[in-house]
Amino acid sequence: MAVDTEREALIERLTGTARELRILDLEMIIEAGSGHPGGTLSAADMIAALYFHTLRLRPEEPRWPDRDRFVLSKGHCIPIVYAAMAMGGFFPKEELKSLRDLGSPLQGHPDRTRLPGIEASTGSLGQGLSVAVGMAVAGALDGAAWRVYCMMGDGEQQAGQIWEAAMFAGRRGLDNLCGILDANQVQQTGKVAERLDIEPVVAKWRSFNWHVREIDGHDMAQILDALDEAALVTGRPSLIVSRTVKGKGVSWMELDPAWHGKAPEGEMAERALAELRGERSG
Amino acid sequence: MGAATRDAFGEAIARVGEDPRVIVLTGDLRDSTRTEAFAERYPDRFLECGIAESNMIGIASGLALEGKVPWACSFSCFVTGRFETVRLSVAYQEANVRIVGTHSGVGVGEDGYSQMSLEDIAMIRALPNVSVINPADAVETERAVEYLLDHRGPAFLRLTRQGVEDVNDDGYRFEFGKAVTLLEGSDVALVATGAPVGEAVKAAEALEDDGVSTTVLNVHTITPIDEPAVRMAAARHRAVITIEDHSVHGGLGGAVAEVLAAGNGSAAPLHRIGMRSFGESGSPAELYAKFGLDAVGIARTAREVLKARS
Repeated sequence: MAVDTEREALIERLTGTARELRILDLEMIIEAGSGHPGGTLSAADMIAALYFHTLRLRPEEPRWPDRDRFVLSKGHCIPIVYAAMAMGGFFPKEELKSLRDLGSPLQGHPDRTRLPGIEASTGSLGQGLSVAVGMAVAGALDGAAWRVYCMMGDGEQQAGQIWEAAMFAGRRGLDNLCGILDANQVQQTGKVAERLDIEPVVAKWRSFNWHVREIDGHDMAQILDALDEAALVTGRPSLIVSRTVKGKGVSWMELDPAWHGKAPEGEMAERALAELRGERSG
Repeated sequence: MGAATRDAFGEAIARVGEDPRVIVLTGDLRDSTRTEAFAERYPDRFLECGIAESNMIGIASGLALEGKVPWACSFSCFVTGRFETVRLSVAYQEANVRIVGTHSGVGVGEDGYSQMSLEDIAMIRALPNVSVINPADAVETERAVEYLLDHRGPAFLRLTRQGVEDVNDDGYRFEFGKAVTLLEGSDVALVATGAPVGEAVKAAEALEDDGVSTTVLNVHTITPIDEPAVRMAAARHRAVITIEDHSVHGGLGGAVAEVLAAGNGSAAPLHRIGMRSFGESGSPAELYAKFGLDAVGIARTAREVLKARS
């Protein structure tokens, strides 16, 4: 019973954190006047679970050698990670306002050389998983206890380099590597299924020798179970196929490709934030 | 004819491989890239990536971010051809990766253009923080590999499939970013890099026989280019001729043109010997003759340039 209660409390806490992250995320994108809200909102629950439960991190010591590594391969969605980093204490929340500004360490896409705590500079879809694989190989060679997590997009599954990396990691049985596929169903110009369908994506990854678990990526209990399970898998890398909704949390953004790469303005911005805050939208 | 620079690389990497930071990656080319000795000696630190060079470069980047010193080896056109991965995952991240491209230039020979890299220097040179080293002979390659072990930052090492003339003696010391004056003259400066350096030395000997006083400058490091040496060559000679087994656009010729155009107070004309077309099949010697990269061709061009000048 005590364990159940503890788990319930954790789920409730992280669900609340995800809600706060969505608000910080959209606030900074609105302030910046540009960005990619849709794919940040779909990833919010998973990012909350990673940054506030699963990843072993020391915000005050971003280069702590024993930290877990997180690579955001879908680099355009970095604001949701910036939000988590600010909330976790990597830098003051005030800095979120500088997103995309000249001279800001919060670049439009992540830059590891400018912001401590960012593990890899990404933004060209398809490249992040290979970098994560390299980190996992280094960790395995050194017998390190830290693990590598890499979040990809579903449109990104169309890139050939993803499958080169999938083949390599599966072949080598890198069990210190956990991929996360934020399958939010929509890419820049339309539904993934209509642009270049990636399904059956679970079967594809399984055939590359990955342990695959498919979840509802907005259900915190399922997210935690999947992350816990991935850490226990041996002899194979893990992939969590997180079925999500692009733009989750703002009703009129959900599954609409128009909100892939555009910041809401004026009244739209206020309505979006009101919805995320749980206020009656005007 | 001396050894191919890829052979020298293979020996050197097996030697410096003693350092546990060293990781060697290849894409099904352990034989051609001469990394078999390393693979046998250090199997745990040898990563066979299959015919998937983008992934190989990305993995090298991840290894470098974790403090390893990875050497991603393939034919130069296959590694530098994955330019966008080099650009973002290596250069922009300041990942301490060594991109090793063997089979550079038309010196590849019979396999023809699809295996030849004639644009690799130009591409990599456009990246702000990637060093470019194109050694002239075996000993220079070995010293460059030893240097690169502790070099900070991404680097591209460009090697030959074919044997090249030895131009340096055994006691040669490699100085990163510093061009080497092999012969000193006063009429014409032959500014060369890589395999054609040996041809330039032979051309200089022929020119001396004609009474043309010739300097040969070996520019093994193209990024960063040795600007004072290039300016000096232009200031002290009646003509400067660059020679490279690479496109005349954006490689050594391009780099020298940029230095000289930025102002050196000299009127010495610049002529660039190199590739202006795609390559083709043939023996390396035949191809060097056809494209004017051999000693005969270099000497001929030098005479023409000086004649037009007088």
